Amino acid sequence: MSTAGDLAESVRAAAHAADARVSVDIDTGDMKLNIGPQHPATHGVLRLVVELDGEKVKSVKPVIGYMHRGYEKLVEVRDYPQVTTLINRIDWVSGFCNEIPFILGAEKLLEIEAPPRATYLRTLLCEMQRIASHLVFFSAYPLEVGAMTPMFFAFRERERVLDVLESVTGGRFHPNFNRVGGLFKDIPATFRSECAETMDAVRNVCGELDNLIVGNEIFMERTVGVGVLPPEIALDYGVSGPNLRATGVAEDIRKTSPYLAYDQVNFDIPTGENGDCFDRAKIRLREIIESTYIIDQLLDSLPSGPVMAKVPKVIKVPEGEIYVKGENPRGEMGYYIVSKGGGTPYRVKIRSGSFSNISCLEYLLDGVLVPDIIAILGSLDFVLGDVDR
Amino acid sequence: MTIWIEVAVKTLALLLMIPLAALALGYSELKIMAHMQSRVGPMEAGKFHGWAQLIADGLKFIQKEDVIPEAADRSVFALAPVLSLISAFLVFAVVPFGSGQRFWFFNLDIGLFYALAVSAISVLGVLMAGWSSANKYSLMGGLRAAAQLMAYELPLVLAAVAVVIQAGTMSLVGIVEAQANFSILGIPVPYVVPQFAGFVIFVIASVAELSRTPFDMPMAESELITGPLTEYTGFRFLFFFMAEYAGMFALSAIAATIYLGGYWLPGVPDNIAPAVGPVALVAKTGLIAFFLIWIRSTYPRLREDQLQKFAWKVLIPISLVNILVTSIAVVFVSDVQG
Repeated sequence: MSTAGDLAESVRAAAHAADARVSVDIDTGDMKLNIGPQHPATHGVLRLVVELDGEKVKSVKPVIGYMHRGYEKLVEVRDYPQVTTLINRIDWVSGFCNEIPFILGAEKLLEIEAPPRATYLRTLLCEMQRIASHLVFFSAYPLEVGAMTPMFFAFRERERVLDVLESVTGGRFHPNFNRVGGLFKDIPATFRSECAETMDAVRNVCGELDNLIVGNEIFMERTVGVGVLPPEIALDYGVSGPNLRATGVAEDIRKTSPYLAYDQVNFDIPTGENGDCFDRAKIRLREIIESTYIIDQLLDSLPSGPVMAKVPKVIKVPEGEIYVKGENPRGEMGYYIVSKGGGTPYRVKIRSGSFSNISCLEYLLDGVLVPDIIAILGSLDFVLGDVDR
Repeated sequence: MTIWIEVAVKTLALLLMIPLAALALGYSELKIMAHMQSRVGPMEAGKFHGWAQLIADGLKFIQKEDVIPEAADRSVFALAPVLSLISAFLVFAVVPFGSGQRFWFFNLDIGLFYALAVSAISVLGVLMAGWSSANKYSLMGGLRAAAQLMAYELPLVLAAVAVVIQAGTMSLVGIVEAQANFSILGIPVPYVVPQFAGFVIFVIASVAELSRTPFDMPMAESELITGPLTEYTGFRFLFFFMAEYAGMFALSAIAATIYLGGYWLPGVPDNIAPAVGPVALVAKTGLIAFFLIWIRSTYPRLREDQLQKFAWKVLIPISLVNILVTSIAVVFVSDVQG
C-alpha cells in the first residue's frame, strides 16, 4: 500500500516542518479510496474506486467481476434438469425465483405444461422466497445505516419462512425443487397451517419494522432525499424491480405480463414517489405485505391434482430460441435460451436484476458524502452473485 | 504515614474499579441488547448465563498477535489506546461514592470542570489512533471524532454550567449536598427536575462524546470498518474496548451525580447512609447506562453533517437558554430568601 507510505511520509514531513518552525503548505489533494472488494457494506465483493475531497465524493468507479463464476458457460454442458442446481446460486437469496423463468422457458420449448397445482405452488413458493429475500434487505440495510436491532427481528421471521420452504423443498437456500414439467414433490400435510401461521408472523414483523426503522426519525433523516433516481434515468439504465417502482413507474412483470398463476390473484403494486432510498425501503416493506396476501389467496384456491406432468425420461429439447422473464425480488430475471436440439442448451444468456440496478451507481453516487455511499449502496439491494453470475 | 496508605489503597481500588466497571457494563450490554433483539446472548462461557464471556474475550485478546502496521507512527500508535483508557481513570478519581472522606478519591473544588475536561482526553486518543494507523479509514474516523468533539463538548459543558450555577459550587460532593438540601414545594428532588432540559442535553452529548449509536460515526462499522480502531489488534484493541465501557460508566456516573443526586437518597437515616450511598450511586449510574444501551439498540446512525447541525442549531441554543433561565431563577430565589 504505497499510499499508506505516503501518509507516513507526510506525517514525517509535517513533524520535520514543525521542528524547523516553518509554515507548511497543507496539501489538500483528493484522496483515493478503495471501498471493497473486502468491506462490510459492499455485500460481498463489489469494489468502488472513490475519489474523495474530504468526505465528498468527486468521482466513483464501480468495479465488478470478483464473483464471476461463468454460469452462462457452465449451463452449456449441463442437462436441462441439472441447470436448476446452478442457477439457484445466481442470486442466492432468492434461489427459488431464479429457477422459475428457466424452467418455464424449457417447458415452452418442449411444449409441456405443468399441472395447475404445480403452477400454483410455484407461485406460492416464489412469493415465499420474495418475503425471505426482502427480509434480508431489512436486516442488511438498517445495519448499513447503523441500526442493529431490525436485523434480528427480520431474521427471526425469515427463519420461519425458510423453515416452511425447507419443509417443502428440503433446502433453505437452494431449493432446487423445480423440474421440467412440474415440481419434485407435493407439499407436506402440515404445510397449510404452518404457512398461514408464518404469514401472520411476517405481517406482524412488518409492523415492528415499520415502527422501528421505516418510521424512525433518524432513518428518514438518513434516507429521504438521498440517492434520488428519476424514473427516466432508471429506465435508461434498465433498473427494474422495487428500485424502479420506487421511482413511481408501476412496472411489475407479475402484472404487466403475468406468468405462473399471478393472473389468478389480486394484489397491488406499491410504487414510490421520489425514488430515494427511503422509498426503496418503504416499497419493499409493502411488497412483503402484498406477498403475504398473495400467499393467503393461493392457499385458499390451491387446486388438487398431480404436481408433475408427463415428461419423457430423457429430456431432449427441440431446436428453438426463447426469452422468458420473471419478477425476482431484485428485478427482472430473464433467460434467453437457445436450443439446437439435444439434452443441453446451446447457449443461455442470463439477465439479472442486480447487474442493471447497480449500473446507475455512477449517477447516484456523484457528489454525495461517504455515509451516503453506503446508504445508497444498501438501498439498491443487490447481490454480488446476481451481478457477476 | 497514614495518608500514604490511604492514597495507595485508593489508587489500587481505582485501578481495580475500571476493569470491573467495564466488565460489568460490557456484560450488561451483551445481555440487555440480546433481550431487546430477541436473542439470548452469551450462554456458554462459565455455564451460568455466560457470565465469563467477557473474561474469555479478554483472554483471547491478550493471546492475539500484536500487529503494528509498517507505515504506522509507532510511538503515537502505541500511546493512543493508553491515553484513551487514562481519561476514564481520571474521571473516576473525582466521583464521590458516599458522604465522607472514605468514599471519594479526591474532592476537587473544581471537580465537575476537571471531570469534563479529562473525559475529553479520550477523543484525543481516538484522534491519535486515527492519524497514526496510516489507514485511510482510520484517518477519516479520527477526523470525524475530532469534529464531533468540537460539536459536543460545548453543549455538554453548557448543560453542566447550569447545574453549577444552581448548586453554587463545582465540587461534585458540593453538588450532591446542594441537591440534598434542595426541594420544590417541600418535596426533596434531585436536579433532574429543575434541570430537565440540561439533563437531556447532557445525556445526548454524552452519547456523542462516547461515540455510541446514533452518534457512532467515528467507528461506523458499515462505512469505516471500525474507524480509528481498524488497525488495532490484541491487547491494544482491548484497551480501547475497556476505555469505551469505562468511559460510559464514568460519564453515566457524572450524570447520575449532578442530576440524580449521586450517592444521596431522600429519607435515608444518617446511620445507614454510608452503606446506601455507593449502592445508590451505582444504581443511578446503571439507570443512565441502561438508557444509553437502549438508545443504541433502537436508533440508526446520523450523518456527520446532521450531527453538527443538531449540535449547533438545537442543543447549544437550548443549553444557553437553560443557563439564562437558571441564572434568573437563582437570583430571584436568593432575592426572595434574602
